[in-house]
Amino acid sequence: MAGIGGAETTQKKVGWSLLNLVVVIYALFPVLWILSLSLKSSKTLADGNLIPREISFENYRNIFATTEFVRALANSIGIAIIATAIAVVFGTMAAYAIARLDFPGKNLLVGVSLLIAMFPQVSLVSPLFEIERGLGIFDTWPGLILPYITFALPLAIYTLSAFFREIPWELEKAAKMDGATPGQAFRKVIAPLAAPGVFTTAILVFIFCWNDFLFAISLTSTEQSRTVPAALSFFTGSSQFEDPAGSISAAAVVITIPIILFVLFFQRRIVAGLTSGAVKG
Amino acid sequence: MAEIVLDKVTKRYPDGALAVQEVNLEIADGEFIILVGPSGCGKSTTLNMIAGLEDITDGELRIGGQRVNERAPKDRDIAMVFQSYALYPHMTVKENMAFPLRLAKVDNATVERKVSEAAEILDLTQHLDRKPSNLSGGQRQRVAMGRAIVRSPKAFLMDEPLSNLDAKLRVQMRTSVSRLQKQLGTTTVYVTHDQTEAMTLGDRVVVMRGGIVQQIGAPQFLYDNPANLFVAGFIGSPSMNFVPATIEDGSLRSALGTVTMTDRVRRLLEGADAPREVIMGIRPEHFEDAALVEASARSAGCTFDSQVEVLESMGSDKYAYFSLSGEAASAADLEDLAADAHAEDVPGGGISLVTRLSSASGAREGESAEIWFDADKVQLFDPSSGKNLTYTER
Ligand SMILES: Nc1ncnc2c1ncn2[C@@H]1O[C@H](COP(=O)(O)OP(=O)(O)OP(=O)(O)O)[C@@H](O)[C@H]1O
Ligand SMILES: [Mg+2]
Repeated sequence: MAGIGGAETTQKKVGWSLLNLVVVIYALFPVLWILSLSLKSSKTLADGNLIPREISFENYRNIFATTEFVRALANSIGIAIIATAIAVVFGTMAAYAIARLDFPGKNLLVGVSLLIAMFPQVSLVSPLFEIERGLGIFDTWPGLILPYITFALPLAIYTLSAFFREIPWELEKAAKMDGATPGQAFRKVIAPLAAPGVFTTAILVFIFCWNDFLFAISLTSTEQSRTVPAALSFFTGSSQFEDPAGSISAAAVVITIPIILFVLFFQRRIVAGLTSGAVKG
Repeated sequence: MAEIVLDKVTKRYPDGALAVQEVNLEIADGEFIILVGPSGCGKSTTLNMIAGLEDITDGELRIGGQRVNERAPKDRDIAMVFQSYALYPHMTVKENMAFPLRLAKVDNATVERKVSEAAEILDLTQHLDRKPSNLSGGQRQRVAMGRAIVRSPKAFLMDEPLSNLDAKLRVQMRTSVSRLQKQLGTTTVYVTHDQTEAMTLGDRVVVMRGGIVQQIGAPQFLYDNPANLFVAGFIGSPSMNFVPATIEDGSLRSALGTVTMTDRVRRLLEGADAPREVIMGIRPEHFEDAALVEASARSAGCTFDSQVEVLESMGSDKYAYFSLSGEAASAADLEDLAADAHAEDVPGGGISLVTRLSSASGAREGESAEIWFDADKVQLFDPSSGKNLTYTER
């Protein structure tokens, strides 16, 4: 019996592994293709080989030689980090209030914030363009940070309030009894316990800001605040006769690196089950 | 350390629920006070008001002679042990216990000393660097106690601190709580559901029902002199037997036969304006197998014959259960008690009796036995008000 059972599990394992492999290849193939393109020289670009005949870093050298890309990279990093930080701080406070307090209009507030997230962003582009022109923040960092925060906040509030609801109320009472002010109770007890939620939210918000194309292309007009996704569409190659695919691929590879780093960095801080042992039953 | 005074303290929740009504209670310095009562009677609410976790709707709370109604919990210098322990899961045992001291900005050396002292008392020294999630229930409970004792507060508040432990550990922790409180001499208010904890731990017991204090007194006094039917039925396990009785020319007629009232009972009844129909209360231990009662003592009580329904031998004594025909005693107080015990009797089930007989008794299950009870120990209650007609402030 044991032998048959063992065979069955091996069979199952092989089956699952194959299925996983298919999914992984399906998901990663475009990325591999881009990586391959970025490593080809302009002559072999269109040869259709997945594995480049010769590896060339020409494309990478080229994009870093232009201010167009370097500037865009700096803009992307700055704007995404600032927007993420602000959205997470405000989101934390709002989510805490929503999870803990009963105030009139609470459900309405949550509903409205979700509504914002559901709103088609395209329909807001023209009004935002006009408003930002009027306010004089068109084509500036704040001009992108503000809409990013607006659209990231509902996401942040929603994710975070779910985490806050998991934290036993009694811990806060205990902190109060131990002599903590409400602020201290929040900083020393609640915030550390909500940390996994905060980091998860930070990752989601950062990815949202980093990958945005629509606002980036519509609310910027110069290198001054154009982010990488928008800048990519302006790539022309070093001369006008050259195919920019190589440079675009190289840039695409470069901008995935910060996201991977960001996720890896925060992922280690997401420890599941942090609240276990606080209360029994 | 300080005395705590509740002066007509009332709590009405925002949704209109009146949870605690005009509680008057003076807790002396160093006293161990127990709050008991059925679920939802306002014990936790009372405790939370003392702690400052709930606002006081009306009345005054004084700690050490000062009004503290408006003070935040952190300014009252009171420690609390929660039923769920409420340990900080991201801190080690040591950090948990040091937390109140750190908040009070105590210097490092003192923190170290106080934490290790507390760990010593609670036998937690070898667990100081572990996280609460890796501790057993009893250890967590001790950490919660440790967090309360480190900063030597004016008072301890404990809300059913042992109810999450298994029976054996509970007995063990009960003695340690008692020893700890005596050792520290800190004023303690302790909420419990448990009969044994209520009887053994406290200097005084406060029995509550529906937000109203029923009686306050030493455990033995409450047991011997319950102020009303509710306290009589609530304190004691197994609880007091209640039998309807009629007063007729100096004797009591009931399903247990007719018994002449003793001088003591008669004297007490004279003072109280007693109705003719009363409820007679007899504790299980005031019954005995008639065969074991000496002839001379027999006249001080009354005997009846009945079939033993169930017999439980506990080794040291025997519990015999009877069910007599007749109308069971009924009063509002008794219905409340039954509701709390989830033991609503089957209607028309007659009068059920629990008696404690000595182990030498020859009573056998399913056979008839002659049972005697001590007429001097009966308590008589007014069925309409529930008041104890034989109550004495001894
Ligand atoms: N936050 C609240 N809002 C409204 N009513 C409440 C609230 N908390 C408690 N109550 C009500 O107040 C009454 C007393 O509650 P409390 O928690 O003090 O009871 P308790 O004696 O501690 O009961 P238990 O033994 O079950 O813990 C109950 O009827 C309860 O429904
Ligand atoms: Mg309670």
